[in-house]
This record gives sequence, C-alpha cells and structure tokens, in this order.
Amino acid sequence: MKSSSLYLRRRIKNVVALGLSSVATLIGLIFLAWILWETLRQGIGAINWNLFSKISVYRENGGLANAMVGSLILDLLGIAIATPIGVLAGTWLAEYANRTKLGETIRFLNDILLSAPSIVLGLFVYTIVVLPTTALTHGDTTFSGLAGGIALALIALPVIVRTTDEMLRLVPSTLREAALSLGIPQWKLTLQILIRASRSGIITGVLLALARISGETAPLLFTAFGNNFLTFNPMDKMPSLPQAIYEYTKDPDPAINAIAWAGAFVVTMFVLALSLISRLILSRNKVSHD
Amino acid sequence: MQANEAAAAVPIQEVRAHRDARDDRLFGWLLKGCALLVLASLLGAAGATLWGGRDAFMHFGFGFLTSSEWNPSDDVYGALVPVFGTLITSFIALFIAVPVSFGIALYLSEVAPPWLRTPVSSAIELLAGIPSIIYGMWGLFVFAPFFADHVKPWLTSYLGNQPDDGKVSWVAEHIPFIGRMFGNDNPFGGSVLTAGIVLAIMIIPFISSVMREVFQTVPTRLKESAYALGSSTWEVVWDIVLPYTRSAVIGGIFLGLGRALGETMAVTFIIGNKMKLSPSLLDPGASIASTIANQFGEAAGLQKSALMALAFLLFVVTFIVLMIARLMLRRLAHKEGR
Repeated sequence: MKSSSLYLRRRIKNVVALGLSSVATLIGLIFLAWILWETLRQGIGAINWNLFSKISVYRENGGLANAMVGSLILDLLGIAIATPIGVLAGTWLAEYANRTKLGETIRFLNDILLSAPSIVLGLFVYTIVVLPTTALTHGDTTFSGLAGGIALALIALPVIVRTTDEMLRLVPSTLREAALSLGIPQWKLTLQILIRASRSGIITGVLLALARISGETAPLLFTAFGNNFLTFNPMDKMPSLPQAIYEYTKDPDPAINAIAWAGAFVVTMFVLALSLISRLILSRNKVSHD
Repeated sequence: MQANEAAAAVPIQEVRAHRDARDDRLFGWLLKGCALLVLASLLGAAGATLWGGRDAFMHFGFGFLTSSEWNPSDDVYGALVPVFGTLITSFIALFIAVPVSFGIALYLSEVAPPWLRTPVSSAIELLAGIPSIIYGMWGLFVFAPFFADHVKPWLTSYLGNQPDDGKVSWVAEHIPFIGRMFGNDNPFGGSVLTAGIVLAIMIIPFISSVMREVFQTVPTRLKESAYALGSSTWEVVWDIVLPYTRSAVIGGIFLGLGRALGETMAVTFIIGNKMKLSPSLLDPGASIASTIANQFGEAAGLQKSALMALAFLLFVVTFIVLMIARLMLRRLAHKEGR
C-alpha cells in the first residue's frame, strides 16, 4: 500500500512539473505573438505612401523618409567601420593567438562587450567623438552621423569578432598546412585562403550584426542625436528610425503615435527577417550565438 | 653561366623570404592592433564615464551612493533611487524569467515531440531579436494599460495595504512588507513592477537558450542510467541534469541579469521616471539607464557629471555580472574538454 502511494506521488509530481513546463513555453509564445500582433495590427494600419516619401511628422502629412535614410546611412557606417576591424580581430584570435593568454583574455572580454549596456557605449562615443569636435567648433555641440556610426560600430564589433573567430576555427588545419608547405606567407594564407574559405560564415556574422544595430536606439541618443530634416552629410546631426519611434511614441498626439507604430512595424520586420536569415545559415554551420 | 645564375637566384630567394617575413610581421601587428581595440573600447568606456563623472564623485563623495535626493534645481544628486530601481527591476525580471526559462528549456529538451522542438525554440529566440524600443512601445501602449485594468486591481485588493474598497487584505495584515510592496495610489500602469515584467520577457530567450544548450551536453548514459533505475522524467532533470549543469545554468542566469541591468529603451518607457524612493512595486521609479536617457540631453555641469557617474556605476556592475556569467559558462565547457 505504502509503496504504491509513493509511486503515485512521484507520478503526480512528474505530470505537474512537465505540465508546468508546457505552460512556461506557452507563456513565452503568447508574449511573442502578442507583441508581434500589436506591431502588425497598429503598424499596417498606419502605413501609407507618405511614410516613405515625406520627411518629419511634425509638418502637415509628414513621414519617416528622413529617418529611414538616416538609419540606412548610420547602419552602413557602423557596418563599414566594424567589419574590417572585426574580421581582422577575429582572425587574430583564431589564427595567431588561439590558446595564448592574451588571446583568451580578449576573447573573454569580447564576450562581455557583446552584452555591455549600449547606452554606456553611447556615452563613451559622446566623450571621445562629440566632445572633441565640439571643442573644435567653439562650443556648438556637434552631434554627428559619424559619431552615431562609431557608436553602432562598437555594438556590431563583438558580434563580427565572435563569428569570424568561430568560423575560422572550423576551417580544417590541413588547408593551412597545404598552403604553408607551398611556401605562401601567412598573411596571404589568411587573406586569400582562410577568410575566403569561411566567407559565408563571416557574411552571416555581418548580417547578424546589422540586425543587432538597426534596432538600437540608446547609443544614438547622444551621438547622432536625431534631426527633423533629410541629411546625407555624416558630419550633421542625423535622424534614425529607432530614434524617431522613440520621439513619436512620447508625443501626446495619437496621430503621431500611429506613425511611430508604422516605423516600429518597418524596423521589426527588417530586423526579424535579417536575424532569421542569418540564424538559418548559422544553424547549418552549427555555431551557438547567445 | 649556370653557376652565375644559381648565385644570382639565391639572393632573390633570400630577398623574398626576407620580404615575406617582414610582411607577416606587419600583418600580425595589424591584426593584433584590431583585437586590442576590443580591449581598448571596454577600458575606454569605463575610463570615459569615470572621467566624465569625476566632478560628481569628488563633490558628493561616498554620499553619492547613499543619497536618494536628485534635484536639478538645487544641483544636488544622489544615486540611490536609480541604483535601487535598476536592481529591483532586474530582480523582478529574474524572479519571473528564471522559472519560465527553466520550464521552456525543460519542455524543449524533454517534453516536446521532436518535430515541435525546432520551430518552438526558433520562435522563442525570435523574442531576442525584437528591438528593445518595440518592447518599450508595446509596454507603454499595450501592456501597461492592460496591467492597470486587469492585474493591478487584483494585486492591490488581495496583497496591498491601500485597496480601492478600503478593506485591507488578509495578506497585507499578516505578512510584513507585502502590503507595502503592493500598496499604491498610482493610477497608471507604468511602474517598477511592469518594467520588471517586460524585462523578464526580454531576457527569457537568453536564459532559456543557454539552459537548453547546456542540458543537451549531459551525457546520455547518465540520464539513461537514472531512467533504468526507474526515475521519472522530472527526477532525471532535477537530480541528474540540473546538478551536472549547475555552473552553466547559473552562468546563463547571470547573462540574463547583465542584459536586464543595462537595458535602456524598454525600461525608459514603462518605469515612469520618477526620482522618488518608494517601497511599493506599483509606484513609478527610475533606473540608471532610464535616468541617463531622459536627462543627459538637457543636462549640464554637475548634473551631466552625475549622469556620467551613474553610467560608470552601471558599467562596473554589469561588467562584474557578465564576468561571473562567462566564467561560470566556461566551467562546463572545460568539463567537456573543449
């Protein structure tokens, strides 16, 4: 009798625990669906042609064209700065400093930079770019697209470093040995054989970094600063889609809030599509990314 | 003739070997320089915020950490309210996210039928891809009003000490602190608690993906031995899988904590941005990141310095938390012999 009741208790405990785990998963999925559904519903309703063709909502029939152009410039700047540095740094970690003390330390710090608070990185760039240029112009605070691009590059950098590092370590060492035995100098081996061999993985890392930075707001607040007008000059204050969403969400006017939703819809779709594509490619290469 | 050619060929090869060696050295330096930039940006971020915050640290000394007064009109700044807000929202986020993430990891590794695992885990990971500004908007326009209408009245009347109907609940009378934690006269949904809940949703994908990944590293023979002895699935997970992966699970939790501490945009929208210390989780508050985002644009002088000092505190705390996370995660990797 006693043992059968113990058995029953254990079975009940098991069923309850496994049931709760399904509930937890359901909770996660419900919130995902809820957020996406609201973004979809409120965003699609507010989408119209003006959004893509007119600038700044603070005028009659305004749109988000200036913010979209600004975002494009800022993201490209960030990627253009971070990609060469990140790929070279990742190559150093994998090819030159693998299992050395300094290499391990930098790999470790890179993982920390990966989740460092982006607003602090924004303030860092404010200090090293915006303040010095302000001193040059005798006191006019010179927020600039360039500063914003550098801030985004700092966020993209660890993503690219890590992917490059992991991708290069997947390249079979026979490839290196074959090349070196033919007398190729190491720099040629690295640039023309190793990086080429892991090209698709590295490109995926860059896409992942782009997905990461194109939704970032915090580092842009005090670097690119935002702008109600269209500008192509990277030395000018530069608007961006996430920052426009931030400002239009705070506005008391529901019509302007609606435009923020439309912007949110555009950003979310862009980011999710990018990260889905890059994750698909990465999962084929079996590399973890947290 | 032939002897001459051979004599000429040797120097050319030597020149070439020499040039290659030089190029290799230069290339190595270039690569090392790029890698050191990672180090430089972390040191730079700490240095820049410490330098920017030097006035505040010198002016207020240690009192900067213990003072809850933040008053731009009198130029007096204390870090206690935002520091408290950051810690309490992150703690709420962990309190919710850890069990839910564990449940998700358990479901995905033991319960779900194999064909369902990949789509469900990709869906959960999608949550990590949504930009934080979207969480902020959703929190402000959708979740906070929902919370104020449907969840808050329930919390105040069953747990709080200031319910709308005037009757103090049993819980508030008999358990200390609970009543004050849920008592409030704030009609809006934006509060420390809602900010914590939204943070929880944001960090669930990070924690659950780490947990799921490390659960899969448990040797099958260990689990099968336990099953062979008659263990239930829950017993295998609780008594075999969890102890085996303990350090990495803690690492995953700290990784989530690191994210929650530094999160800016979502919290800024929802927390209410009030520089006042309150024991109630339903009252608005402020976090370090939200205070910086709100005030840095218009700040000058000592206020700007105080905000930089806050950023320095945030950076140091997240750095330590993330360091612990990575060290814990590494421990399991070492055990595996990677």
